[in-house]
Amino acid sequence: MEPITAPAIDLVSLAPVLVLSVFGIMVLVTDLFIGKDKSVLVFISLTGLLMGAISSLAKYNLPVHSFNGAYIVDHLSVFFTFIFCISSALAILVSVDFNKREGIKVGEYYSLILFCTVGMVLLASATDMIMIFLGIEIVSISLYVLAGIRRNDPKSNEAALKYFLLGAFATGFLLYGMTLLYGSTGSTKLVMIASAIRNGGVASEPLLLMGVVLLIIGLGFKVAAVPFHMWAPDVYQGAPTPVTAFMAVGPKAASLAAFYRIFSEAIPQLSPSWEILLCVVSVITMFVGNLGAIMQTNIKRLLAFSSVAHVGYLIIAIIAKNSLSSSALMFYMLTYAFMIFGTFGIVILLGRKGDENLEIENYSGLAYKHPVLALSMTIFLLSLGGLPPLAGFVAKFFVFSAALKEGFLILVIIAVLNSAVSLYYYLKVIVFMYMKDPVKEFDITLSPMTLFVIAISIFGTIQLGIFPDSIIALAQAN
Amino acid sequence: MELLIFYPLAGLCVAFALGVVINNSPVGSAMSLIAMMLGLAGIFVLQQAHFIAVLQIIIYAGAIMVLFMFVIMLLNLKGSGEDASWRSRDKNLLMTVLSGFLVAGLLYKILCVLNSGEFDSPASLPENFGTAREVGTILFTEFVLPFEVASILLLVAMIGAVVLAKNKVD
Amino acid sequence: MIDDAIEFLEPYTYLIIGSVKALVIAGALLGIVPLLVWLERRLMGRFQVRLGPNRVGPFGLGQPISDSIKLLFKESIIQGSADKFLFHLAPAIVVFTAIVTFAVIPFGDPITVMDQEIGLWAANVDIGLLFVFAISGMGIYGMVLAGFSSNNKYSLMGGLRSSAQMISYELTLGLAALSVIVLTGSLSLIDMVNSQDSYPNILIQPLAFLLFFIAGVAETNRAPFDLPEAEQELVAGFHTEYTGMKFAMFFMGEYINMVTMSALVTLLFLGGWNSYGIPVWPIIAFAGKVGFLLCVFIWLRSTYPRIRYDRLMTFGWKVLVPLSLLNLLVTSVFVVL
Repeated sequence: MEPITAPAIDLVSLAPVLVLSVFGIMVLVTDLFIGKDKSVLVFISLTGLLMGAISSLAKYNLPVHSFNGAYIVDHLSVFFTFIFCISSALAILVSVDFNKREGIKVGEYYSLILFCTVGMVLLASATDMIMIFLGIEIVSISLYVLAGIRRNDPKSNEAALKYFLLGAFATGFLLYGMTLLYGSTGSTKLVMIASAIRNGGVASEPLLLMGVVLLIIGLGFKVAAVPFHMWAPDVYQGAPTPVTAFMAVGPKAASLAAFYRIFSEAIPQLSPSWEILLCVVSVITMFVGNLGAIMQTNIKRLLAFSSVAHVGYLIIAIIAKNSLSSSALMFYMLTYAFMIFGTFGIVILLGRKGDENLEIENYSGLAYKHPVLALSMTIFLLSLGGLPPLAGFVAKFFVFSAALKEGFLILVIIAVLNSAVSLYYYLKVIVFMYMKDPVKEFDITLSPMTLFVIAISIFGTIQLGIFPDSIIALAQAN
Repeated sequence: MELLIFYPLAGLCVAFALGVVINNSPVGSAMSLIAMMLGLAGIFVLQQAHFIAVLQIIIYAGAIMVLFMFVIMLLNLKGSGEDASWRSRDKNLLMTVLSGFLVAGLLYKILCVLNSGEFDSPASLPENFGTAREVGTILFTEFVLPFEVASILLLVAMIGAVVLAKNKVD
Repeated sequence: MIDDAIEFLEPYTYLIIGSVKALVIAGALLGIVPLLVWLERRLMGRFQVRLGPNRVGPFGLGQPISDSIKLLFKESIIQGSADKFLFHLAPAIVVFTAIVTFAVIPFGDPITVMDQEIGLWAANVDIGLLFVFAISGMGIYGMVLAGFSSNNKYSLMGGLRSSAQMISYELTLGLAALSVIVLTGSLSLIDMVNSQDSYPNILIQPLAFLLFFIAGVAETNRAPFDLPEAEQELVAGFHTEYTGMKFAMFFMGEYINMVTMSALVTLLFLGGWNSYGIPVWPIIAFAGKVGFLLCVFIWLRSTYPRIRYDRLMTFGWKVLVPLSLLNLLVTSVFVVL
């Protein structure tokens, strides 16, 4: 019996995945030996994220393909790895005080965030549909559990269950789509699929297209695009607030990266077919997101709808699929991370044990009591709305100019209009903060970690808005 | 000859798959699912993939479905006869008609594809196709990364299950 | 005339040989069951210093026949609350899976009859061992469904217990077998026997043998692991409501599984039909080893008391599984080196 010859295994390009997994396991093991105080775990996981981010630079001379074309390290994946590490680190930082307040004493919380980051890195770097599927599953399963981690809270349970059931259903669509793609092109590798389509090696065109549609459904669910967004408001509302912030940024960015990769690398040849589909999805996503947000009175639900709307803008970047749009996608997600974590940081600060103060009314008169907090919130919200000179404006500008370069004029006009609509509900919160009298006393514990996150976010939002050049240069390095 | 076995097997699979949906009692649904898995395993055997067929039986019919049965029995779910809420969904006529059209269109398209004869040329299989050895080789060479990453996925799922289900510790 | 017939049948030889083999093996298995019952009762009698059945025929050999006749003609009662279809299906699954499992078990080198090489097995699958696990895993459903369809809480508990037990011990069974697979480098049972032509595996894998045998006893729901039918707590477990032939079918399943398990242990660890210098026919060597193991099964039953249920699970998960993993690890390291 001759042994199997081992393939070339390029562990260096896997470095961030390995580092993060090792730290995830380390958190688990350390958790066994420490008492109720979990701050050591915070320290370990932050170290892990830092090391993970650094280790993603282990490869230079990008892009590097490895594992028979199942894995790639290129600018997209490295940049996204950074975004993931930053967003997970921010998520952990905002969790510290929140968890203390709400009595979430589960050490696995931190390791789940780390493993979720592993999944995200895999998603951004995968060039094989099996890998993309596995990445999505790792991310999703961690999120299902994180959403339901407050086991005694019915809302949290509802969020987890809804997310899980719908997510599993969507995964079915995704897998089915992948299967059809594989069946009609004979490969799971994105490059091979592209070359099969280019060289006419497609077994059946209709099945291929059906696969693409199913892929859009599956991925659309994962990024919460309309009409697959139904879960978002409920899950965002029910999940613990740091988890909500986390899932609005990292996993969404990861799914979008995979989305972008599949559509730009595997099936660009079919773009006449899927372009129109994605345009429709993008437009209705923007409309439903923005109009839905207007009607919300709960800040978490409002932000959920706003994040749906943002996905609408981001899908435009996928439709454009030129080099400008990939860097726009990266830049957008980075700024989005800062804006979202800043906003949610303030939302967390305003809450107390047993009373999270999530209604917009509760923000009335914040500016009189805590002018700095109100100002920060204003900055984040205006940035989300896309006002210059804040980061949100630059990000949107990039996405739209990428689309304009490809001639999607109408799409961009609709997006800009939507952006204007979105200002309405962001301003509504600001109006409450500045122009109404307080309905009740603010009882705010200014916890240092959360304030730190808000400070970082402010810095990021303004810095990226005024001096975006260096980061954009990094994003465009490919 | 192969078709002679394939069509009954495929028919059984479809019938049992329908049985999963139609059946009123959960146990009946689960049993139909098991039977469907077995039929699928039969089709795998027909495709010369014995190893995959056996795995299909061990993993799906053997392991996963036993847990299904377990849960059903522990919860002691009984069929409730006519489920009123289920029926009420039929009233959405527009959706029913639309999805009916969609399904009909898809089926028509699939039939067209099948009839166009694009699938008529069976590829000649390599000699040791479908053996455990061959599957193992592919798993450890071409798909070694997904194979290893799957272990992270399982670990995460395990942690998640423990976190959500363990007894209250604090 | 005869030549014509042979010529006519020529293309179908494979089919004919296959069906004959299948019939013979299935028949032999079913025939063995009453004999085993008799053997068990006689041996138990000896172990417990009493006589056992000795009235019907010489040495009581007529007893199994009269028992079978009695069971066949007994009225089959189905209580009204039972799920009829599943109630009938359950014993059929048990017997069916038990017999089908035996299909891949070889019991000798191929022999040549009329220029036709005939292997002494019903089917030679290159993944024989996996097939055994796959089908025996299906057997669980027989018990689960019997427990469920009876609509009786004792039955339900029995069914649940049996499936929990079988799932737990199947793990050890598989892991212990995996050590042998790693040694042999094949999943084919015939290859395994051939690889043991100089010495049996039990000499180099004593731990795996023990684990496999213990798990095997648990898999067949035999004492001291016969929890699913623990009389004191559960009346008779999952077959409480069964009568007549359907009741007997569960026992047929159990005894056939016993034979299969003994055959598997023989093939994996005791060198199969290799006789190591003792001048007997291979098939006799095989039968002798299987017979010995069957006696050990009975011996166990009359020696050990039943284990408590939680102990059984603890033992399975916390002792057997880690041990078998360790054994597998050590074996693999040695094989690689």
